[in-house]
Amino acid sequence: MEVNGTVVRPLDLLDEIVHRHNTEEGAAIPILQEVQNTFGFVAPAVLERIADLAHMSATELYSIVTFYAQFRLQPPGENLVRVCTGTACHLAGAEKILQAVENETGAREGGTSPDGKFTMERVACLGCCSLAPVVMLNEQIHGRLTPEAVRRLIKAVGRR
Amino acid sequence: MGAPKIVRVGLATCGIAAGADKVFQALAQELTGQQDVWLKQTGCLGMCHNEPLVEVLTPAGESYLYTKVTPEKATDIARRHVLGGEPVRDWLFDDGHYLAKQKRVVLRNSGRIDPESIDDYLEAGGYQAIAKALREMTPEQVIGELEKSGLRGRGGAGFPTYLKWRLTRQSPGRPKYIICNADEGDPGAFMDRSVLESDPHSVLEGMLIAAYAIGAREGYIYVRAEYPLAVKRLKLALAAARERGFLGENILGSGFDFDLKLREGAGAFVCGEETALMMSIEGKRGMPRFRPPFPAESGLWGKPTSINNVETYANVPWIILNGGEAFAQYGTERSKGTKVFALAGTITRGGLIEVPMGITIREIVFEIGGGIRSGREFKAVQIGGPSGGCLPASLADTPVDYESLTQAGAIMGSGGLLVMDDSACMVDVAKFFLDFTVKESCGKCTFCRLGTKQMQAILQRITNGEGREGDLELLEELANSISRASLCGLGQTAPNPVLTTLRFFRDEYEAHLYEKRCPAKKCRALIRYQVNPDRCNGCGLCNSYCPTNAISGEKKRPFSIDQNLCTHCGLCFNVCRHEAISVN
Repeated sequence: MEVNGTVVRPLDLLDEIVHRHNTEEGAAIPILQEVQNTFGFVAPAVLERIADLAHMSATELYSIVTFYAQFRLQPPGENLVRVCTGTACHLAGAEKILQAVENETGAREGGTSPDGKFTMERVACLGCCSLAPVVMLNEQIHGRLTPEAVRRLIKAVGRR
Repeated sequence: MGAPKIVRVGLATCGIAAGADKVFQALAQELTGQQDVWLKQTGCLGMCHNEPLVEVLTPAGESYLYTKVTPEKATDIARRHVLGGEPVRDWLFDDGHYLAKQKRVVLRNSGRIDPESIDDYLEAGGYQAIAKALREMTPEQVIGELEKSGLRGRGGAGFPTYLKWRLTRQSPGRPKYIICNADEGDPGAFMDRSVLESDPHSVLEGMLIAAYAIGAREGYIYVRAEYPLAVKRLKLALAAARERGFLGENILGSGFDFDLKLREGAGAFVCGEETALMMSIEGKRGMPRFRPPFPAESGLWGKPTSINNVETYANVPWIILNGGEAFAQYGTERSKGTKVFALAGTITRGGLIEVPMGITIREIVFEIGGGIRSGREFKAVQIGGPSGGCLPASLADTPVDYESLTQAGAIMGSGGLLVMDDSACMVDVAKFFLDFTVKESCGKCTFCRLGTKQMQAILQRITNGEGREGDLELLEELANSISRASLCGLGQTAPNPVLTTLRFFRDEYEAHLYEKRCPAKKCRALIRYQVNPDRCNGCGLCNSYCPTNAISGEKKRPFSIDQNLCTHCGLCFNVCRHEAISVN
C-alpha cells in the first residue's frame, strides 16, 4: 500500500505502529486505534501479530476490540454513513432517516451494502442537537435532514 | 493604518454542519488581501438555532451579528458592510432575550477567540491564572479558593471540587495523576464538545492549576473519539502550550513540571464513569470497579488520581483570577456558580447556554429558549440524559440546582436539556433511553445487564400494544432492584427515565396498556397510515420511498396503502407534499 507517495509493506507499517507506542503504559487501545485508522479495520490475523510484538495475549486484544464500539473486525465500505439517533434526533424522526438510508444504500444497520459502497452505523449523539436530525457522511455532518434530503445526499455520493 | 475591522465566523461543529465553512470561504474570497480587515475563525457563539453566524466588529468596538448566513449573504455582507461601511440591517441579530438571562463564565471566550490561536487566548487573559497561582499562592491556598467558590463537579454528580483535590493532595501515594473526563457520551449533550472546540486552552489551564494544587506531574485528557474537531483543536492547543512553556518542565520558571497526554475514547458510554475511564486509559476493557477505594486514594495504576469534567476545569482559571467569592455570588445556597446546558428539542431558540444556578426551568424554556417552536403545547423537559428524568410542564418552576432537581426525580447531569412538546410519546422516550442503556451496559453487574433488558422487553410489549396487567408494577420493582444492585452510576440511574415518566405520565402508559392507544401517535404498532383520496393527486412520491412496496396506485389517481404490508415507518407521511397521508 502507498503512504505519502511511497510504497510500504503493510506489515512494516503495522510493526512500526506497535513499536512506536509500545513503550507507553496502557498502549493497547492507541495501537488498535492507529491500526484501524491506517487499515480501515482490525483483522483477526492482525491482532495475532500485534499480540506477538507487544507481548500481550491475542485474547486480551480481542476482548478490547469487541468491547469498544469503535473497532471493526470487517473492512468498511467506501463511504461511512453514521446516522445520529441521540435524543434530539430520535424525537425529530431519526428512525425515518435511518430507514431512508437503509433503503437508499442497501446497507443494514452496522453492515455494508452489497456493492461495498456504503457502511451504515447508528451513533448515539454527534452533539449537533439543534440541527436534528443529523447524519455524518464520511467526515461531514449534515443537519436538518428530511428523508428526501438524505436520499439526495446518498445518491450524490453513490454516483462518485 | 487604522485599527482593523474584525470579521468572525463561528466554526465549531454545529456551525460547520450548518454551512459555516462555505460562508468562511465566501468571505475569504471577498476579503483576502483587503487592508485593515481581519477575517478570523472562532468557536461556538451558542446560538445553534441561528447558525451560521458572522460577527463584524468595527475599530470603534461596535459589534454586528449576522444570523443564518449563506455564502451569498456573506458576499453581500463583505461588500456592503465590511468594505462599504453600511450594515445590512435586515439580517442582523435582534433578539436580546436569548442572552439577557445568561452569565458567561465557562463560555467567557467561546465565540470570541480563535480556538486554534494561543495568542488569542493570551490576549483574553489566558494563562494569567496559572501564573498567579504559581507566583502568589500555595497549593493549599488554591484549594482554599476553590472551597470558597463552592464549585461542584459539573460532570453530573456534583461532588465538591476542592474536596476531591484536597483528598488527592493528602493521599500518600506517588506519583499522583489528574484526568480530564471529556468522554461526553450522554445523547443530547454537547457542552464539553463546544468548550473544547471553542476554548481548549481554558481547560488546559484549569488542569495546570489542578495539577499544581494536587501535586501531580502528569495528566490525561480522555476525549470522545466521535468529536474529531475537538480532538484536533486539543492537539493544537497542547502543542502550542508546550512550545510556549506552559506545559513541560519548570513552567514559568517556578520549578513546577507538568505534562499532558491525550487519549481518545473508543466508543463506550460507560467510560464516562471514572473507574471505567481509568481502566480504559490503562488499556483494558472499560469496566467500573467497586469504590472505595476512591480514585483520590487509588486511581490510575493504583495511584492517587483526581478526575474532573471539562466544564469543571474551564471554571477554575476564572475562579483563581476573580476569587472564590466572586464565583459564589452566582447560584443558590448549595449550588454555586453557573451551569452550561445544551438546550435542544422542539424549542424556538436552541443552543448552548450558560445560566446562573437556581434559574427555573420555565425561564430557560420560555425566556431564553423562546418557547415551543411548533406552536404546540410545552409538555416536558428531559434533564440529565439516560441517567436523568423527564419533568412535566407542571414542574416548570423547579429551580435548576443539584438538590431541587434530584428532589423532583431528575438529576443535574452533565447538562443535556431537551424540551418536548405534546407530540412526544413519553413511553417511547423512556424506551429510547432504556434501549440506550441496554446497549451500553458493560455487563459486569447482573441487574444492570439483565434487569435493564427485562425492562426493555416490557416497554417493548407495552408500545406494541401487548402489555399485560401488572406490567407497570413490575417495571417499578425491577427499577428499584437495578438501582440498588448496580455498581456504578450507569446502572444505578438507568431506571430514572422510566421511573420519572411513570410518576408524571402514568396515564400515557395506561393508554398504551389498557386502550392499546398511543396518545402522541408515535408508537408504530398502535398507529395506521392512510391515504386521504380527496387530497392525494397521485404523484407517487410516497410509493418511491416505501421500503415494503405497501403503497400502490396509478399515476394521477389516489394511491392506497396495503395495511398488511405497511411497517408503519412513516416515510410516506413525511415526504408527502399534499398532506394526503394521515396517521390515526
